[in-house]
Parts: sequence; structure tokens; C-alpha cells
Amino acid sequence: MRRITLWLFSTVAALVLLFSYRTSTGSPAPAGAAQTTTATGPAATAAGGGKTYTGSVAATRWGDVQVAITVTDGRITDVAVPVYPSGNGKDQEINAYALPVLRQETLAAQNADIDTVSGATVTSDGYRESLQAALDAAHLG
Amino acid sequence: MSTTAVPQRAWVEQVMGLPVSIHLRGDRLTGAEAGDRVAAVYAELRQVDAVLSPYRDDSDLSAWERGALRPADADPMLALVLALGDEARRRTEGWFDPRALPGPRPGGPRYDPSGLVKGWAVERAARHLAGLDGYGWCLNAGGDVLVHAPDGQPAWRVGLEHPRDPARIMRVLACRSGAVATSGSAHRGAHIIDPHTRRPATATRAVTVTGPTLLWADVHATAAAARGPAALPWLEGLDGYEALLVTRSGLVRSTTGWPAP
Repeated sequence: MRRITLWLFSTVAALVLLFSYRTSTGSPAPAGAAQTTTATGPAATAAGGGKTYTGSVAATRWGDVQVAITVTDGRITDVAVPVYPSGNGKDQEINAYALPVLRQETLAAQNADIDTVSGATVTSDGYRESLQAALDAAHLG
Repeated sequence: MSTTAVPQRAWVEQVMGLPVSIHLRGDRLTGAEAGDRVAAVYAELRQVDAVLSPYRDDSDLSAWERGALRPADADPMLALVLALGDEARRRTEGWFDPRALPGPRPGGPRYDPSGLVKGWAVERAARHLAGLDGYGWCLNAGGDVLVHAPDGQPAWRVGLEHPRDPARIMRVLACRSGAVATSGSAHRGAHIIDPHTRRPATATRAVTVTGPTLLWADVHATAAAARGPAALPWLEGLDGYEALLVTRSGLVRSTTGWPAP
């Protein structure tokens, strides 16, 4: 369970960074935008009816990223990114756009009243941005 | 609502270059039995990939293509898949043809059965889940779906991705048992090849096929995506399978048995 949850956090972290990459270069996302998860594992805390899972800090080529999701009754009710690259002005400009988009997309998929998505073949890279990833996330761990 | 009183748990792994997710519904999802069955599915898919991947030089498929391995000396899965490739070509009137695909690396056309290996392998691996008595399960391999809902559990709600905007859902199908496969260009561009011209097929945006087996639902969807809207009469004649097709201009057409809406 821990491994899967870790994977989720890596995934969401990669999503943030793919948004950043695309925004800054306008080119397709790089294959295998790999991240290295270095810390010990996610921590879960209960608050206000939901359970918040805080991911470990993932070291990426763009800087450190940490993601926290709140799950209430099996649904993601909030996504927060407490740690993200902000080393320079460009980072801050991109994150001001990408982080709200991430949050919105993750929450929107929760409301579609579906269990799974059939679509044109999703590759491993494309998965990070897909509705299916959000649907899976709601039931991981 | 799709959330029910039945506990549900998901697993995701990257296999065969695809995200493969498994959702289980049942009462003992944290026990060893469920976890072991799920692990067996992934292990089997990795094994299939090792033998049949066209992207790996050390696969039996690649060795056979180089002429370095006879099917009789290879893993028995190779001969099985070569036979399925011939059957797929016959069943689709030549519109699914593993012989006529561009190679994963630069070069001439090569034999690439990936389009049927995925459905075949996922369906074969799903038998590990079928042995879980009383559990519901939903296997999704890169957008191709196989589900089972036992008595007393709700149907799985399968959203069909909107071909113009993968972040939206076009239709929703409630499925208790069987496959939903979609071929199209939403994520990878025009990658479906017309086997007759060996050029990308562009007459459809997406084709979804439902039916009892994932292998044939997927093969039929890929063949119809290559053939275009002219495939509808052929799709109509397929026993047990129904199809929904979105044309290049965005028109939605379906076989008469397609579940409304």
C-alpha cells in the first residue's frame, strides 16, 4: 500500500512538472520525465472528515516537489502542493498557473460519476495527465 | 453514484509501456489473497512483454523476426500470437494486419502484433481475478477495459473519452461483464495505419467496441479506425459486438445494438 501511495505522489509531482515543462517550452512532454523519490514515505493525517496523505519530497530535475491529497469517502477532495520549485521568477510564474490547473483537473475527474475510462491508447507518459490517473488515485492505498 | 457501499481498492503498474490499473470491489481487499492475485496479473503481463515485445531486442518476437529463432523453439506464446495475427487479418477483412506496420525503430515495415497482444494478454491475465469468488474487478490497460461485476454489486461505469478533449467524457456505459476497447488518435496522433496504403488512417477520430472478449473488441476497434466510417456495415455484422464511431468531422455513428444513449 505504501509503495502504491508513493507512486501516486511521484505521479502527481511529475504532472506538476510536465505542466511546467510544457508551459515553458511549448513542446511535447519528454519521455520518462523521471523523478527520484528520496524521502521515507507518505504520512497520513486525519482532519475535518477527510484523510490527508502527505507525500515524501521528490527530488526532480526541476527541484523538490511535495504533494498532499485529502481523501474523503474515497474521493479526492483537495490537492495541495506544499513544496514546489520556486528558485527563480520563471518557476514562480509557471507554478502560479500550473498548480491551480492540477488541482482543478484532479477534482473535476472525481465528479464525472464514472469508474474507469476507455480511450485511445494512453501511454505511460500520457497517463500522468489522464482522468484515469485521478480515478485510480481515489482508490489507491 | 459510482461510489458504493462496497469497498474498492486500486493498483496501478506500468507494464508493456502502458499504465495498467486494477480495481477490486469486495470485502477483504487488504488481505493477502487479493494482493496475491493482483500481483499474479502484473507478473504475467511482464512475462508476455518479455517474450512478445517488438521494442525489446531480447524478446522471442524480435529474435524470430531477425531469423534467429524458430517458432517451434520459442516460447509457445509466439506461435499462438502469430496464429492470432492471421485470424485477426481474416476476421477484419485485412484491415488489421500485423505484417504491414512501421517498425518501432526507423526502417521498413515489420511484424508488430502489439495491437492484439495487449487485449489477448490482459484477458488471459484476468483469469487470476476471475478466481476471486464474489469480487468485482475492472482492469484498464491504457484505455482498454475488461470488467466483471458479481451479483449484488453495481455495474462498472465506463466513461468513453471525448476524442477531441481527453479530459472530458463523451458517453458512459454501464457494464457488468465484458470488454470496452477504444482506438483513436486522441493521445498519440494519427498512429493507426491503413494496412493497404501503409499511411496513417484519418477518417475516424475514435472507435469504441464493446463485446465479450477484450482481444476481439480491441482488434475490431483498431480495424474499424483504419477502415473509417465504411466499416459500419462490417461492424454491424459482428456477432456479440457493438460499436460507436466518431468521424473526422465529429459525427457520432453506432451499430443498431449499441446501448443507448
